[in-house]
Amino acid sequence: MPNMSLEKVKMPEQAPDIRNKNFKEVATGYTAEMAIEEAGRCLNCKHKPCVNGCPVNVRIPEFIAEVAKGDFLAAYKVITTTNALPAVCGRVCPQESQCESKCVRGLKGEPVAIGRLERFVADWYMENGKDEIVKPESNGKKVAIVGSGPSGLACAGDLAKLGYDVSIFEAFHTAGGVLVYGIPEFRLPKTIVQKEIDKLSAMGVKVMTNMVIGKVLSVDELIDDMGFDAVFIGSGAGLPSFMGIEGEALVGVYSANEYLTRINLMKAYIENYDTPIKNSKAVAVVGGGNVAMDAARCAKRLGAEVYIVYRRSEEEMPARLEEIHHAKEEGIQFKLLTNPVKIVNDGTGKVCGIECLEMELGEPDASGRRRPVAKEGSNFVIDVDTVVMSIGTSPNPLIRSTTKGLETNKKGCLIVNEDTMQTTREGIYAGGDAVTGAATVILAMGAGKKAAESIHEYLKNK
Amino acid sequence: MFKIVTKRKLNDAVTLMEIEAPFIAKKAKAGQFIIFRIDSLGERVPLTIADYDREKGTVTIIFQKVGLSTKMLAEMNEGDFISDFVGPLGVPTDYENFKKVAVIGGGVGNAIAYPQAKALHEMGVEVDVIAGFRNKDIVILEDEMRAASTHYYITTDDGSYGEKGFVTDKLKSLIDAGNNYDAVIAIGPIPMMKFVSLTTKPYGIKTIVSLNPIMIDGTGMCGGCRVTVGGEIKFACVDGPDFDGHLVDFDELMNRNSIYREREAETTETHMCRMDKLANELIK
Repeated sequence: MPNMSLEKVKMPEQAPDIRNKNFKEVATGYTAEMAIEEAGRCLNCKHKPCVNGCPVNVRIPEFIAEVAKGDFLAAYKVITTTNALPAVCGRVCPQESQCESKCVRGLKGEPVAIGRLERFVADWYMENGKDEIVKPESNGKKVAIVGSGPSGLACAGDLAKLGYDVSIFEAFHTAGGVLVYGIPEFRLPKTIVQKEIDKLSAMGVKVMTNMVIGKVLSVDELIDDMGFDAVFIGSGAGLPSFMGIEGEALVGVYSANEYLTRINLMKAYIENYDTPIKNSKAVAVVGGGNVAMDAARCAKRLGAEVYIVYRRSEEEMPARLEEIHHAKEEGIQFKLLTNPVKIVNDGTGKVCGIECLEMELGEPDASGRRRPVAKEGSNFVIDVDTVVMSIGTSPNPLIRSTTKGLETNKKGCLIVNEDTMQTTREGIYAGGDAVTGAATVILAMGAGKKAAESIHEYLKNK
Repeated sequence: MFKIVTKRKLNDAVTLMEIEAPFIAKKAKAGQFIIFRIDSLGERVPLTIADYDREKGTVTIIFQKVGLSTKMLAEMNEGDFISDFVGPLGVPTDYENFKKVAVIGGGVGNAIAYPQAKALHEMGVEVDVIAGFRNKDIVILEDEMRAASTHYYITTDDGSYGEKGFVTDKLKSLIDAGNNYDAVIAIGPIPMMKFVSLTTKPYGIKTIVSLNPIMIDGTGMCGGCRVTVGGEIKFACVDGPDFDGHLVDFDELMNRNSIYREREAETTETHMCRMDKLANELIK
């Protein structure tokens, strides 16, 4: 008899006024008892709507059935047949708009907490499982992966399992891409990412850091000089946008990328690291996406008064509900329907405020969301000494500008055949944000997996 | 890990190191830069490539002790390893079809001006080098620069070596004496590059400056190195580091570079301010 509770088993969390002063993980994870109880809510539907909501088709009801039985090892094995990074996905996937949005239990009450269960199983395995990593027999073919973010890691993992000799090229000094420079420690502990990468290394994947492809080596050199049989480009969407308003060059204005990289990758919040970061009293984060929430919550933890400045209303915010909720709990102030027009100079070249206009919602625009319209003369200034611009990113031009024959769309995203992920050049594949523009970790992983399949198809008879 | 193959102290504040980095040595061109990180706790620091040896697989950097990382690096020795060394980043300098060029180095900027002079000299271009220093004690690369130039002029602020005065004085007198330069390449403190650009502007001489703003990744990802050039936002790491000196907003760059100044020893500060003031009068 299933557990018919209408609500998910609550996720244990650090209290808001404690966690907003530390960088430890916010959600502390289910216990085995909680996981078994929650797994009991799954109806094990025959048509498995949840699986269709998952970009990598995790066999959800099957793994949950194992959790319900208390066989966590079996559950882990089911998950990892299709998802190589469950500890990551269980934490950062937008389950509410994917698997959980299709859950039958969600029709009346809350859906099954699929994400929390996935995380529980992955964490349980990290603590209790014995890694039975078998280094597959080499098939003698070499594949280069450009970028070590979610798409690259997923692609590398699948190809390594098939016996390919895989090398990952990472521009930074640490592998993990957005998982290490972008997503903060309190949402995704970096030890988890490192363990996933260590697993790939144990399978024989080589991870080469400090390798900026397009500079130190071109994609063509990877193929012609280094003998790679295929290349996967998962270089992400790392180029930050600015608003183009007055004052963006003042001291104290950061892109979200720079702010987060200093904190997450370069550990500016830990005293013995050399990375400098501004000691801010009040921070305005401009934008309404997950990255904006991450930047705001980091600033809060560094001791600042923090504002989210967003030109539409909360309903239109692209950030996950959970992130908005967590940010509010932690004391971040939301200035909605507020659009910056100027960053104010204190007279010495530093930020002393952000001048904004009040907005109201008009007719829907191309994105289907109601367009914000300025209320004339409603200008006001929020006193801040730091502004973080989190209004989006686009793909880095470094690879497309150094590789002949790679076509991109107007936004600079690589054009691929959506069925095979092949770019406009034979043997070169791409996926993740480099193709879609800024999107989610799991979509990138799905693309990396799809590309791995096509690369295998392409190379197996070659 | 990257090995320090040679270390040579050029003066009290400036050190030369050859680093073993075969991939970078193979590709490096004048005008490009690397980013180094000493260890797992270190900052990422950009430095323009001073020289390279494709056969030995080494890249030469010349740096002044300014912040924590450069001070720490200066303490390291031959045979030691640094954790990270990435490059070559940025766009190489575009020499078009120059026939005669003035290359100007200011202080430690001479280290970056040197590969420019050398590359042009090897291409058969007539190269006049103007090397400016505060005083005799901090002169660097004199022999190397002489070997890479047609004429070598040295100026010191206090007249303790070479001609007394600023590089802008010398440049102006050379131009007025009838030297027709296709381009001026100026590398040094921001005020020096600013005033060289102001000096050449009335003559309409193309002026290339090499900027070294604060940056993290060097691949266009952080936007920390943004500079305003001709009214547009440019990222020095991918669009530069070379820019048209007549279009760069130097005052904005100087302000942006001051963000972590409190953390840094104020080694060059006083000199730059003084030069700024004097040069202002000169332009008037």
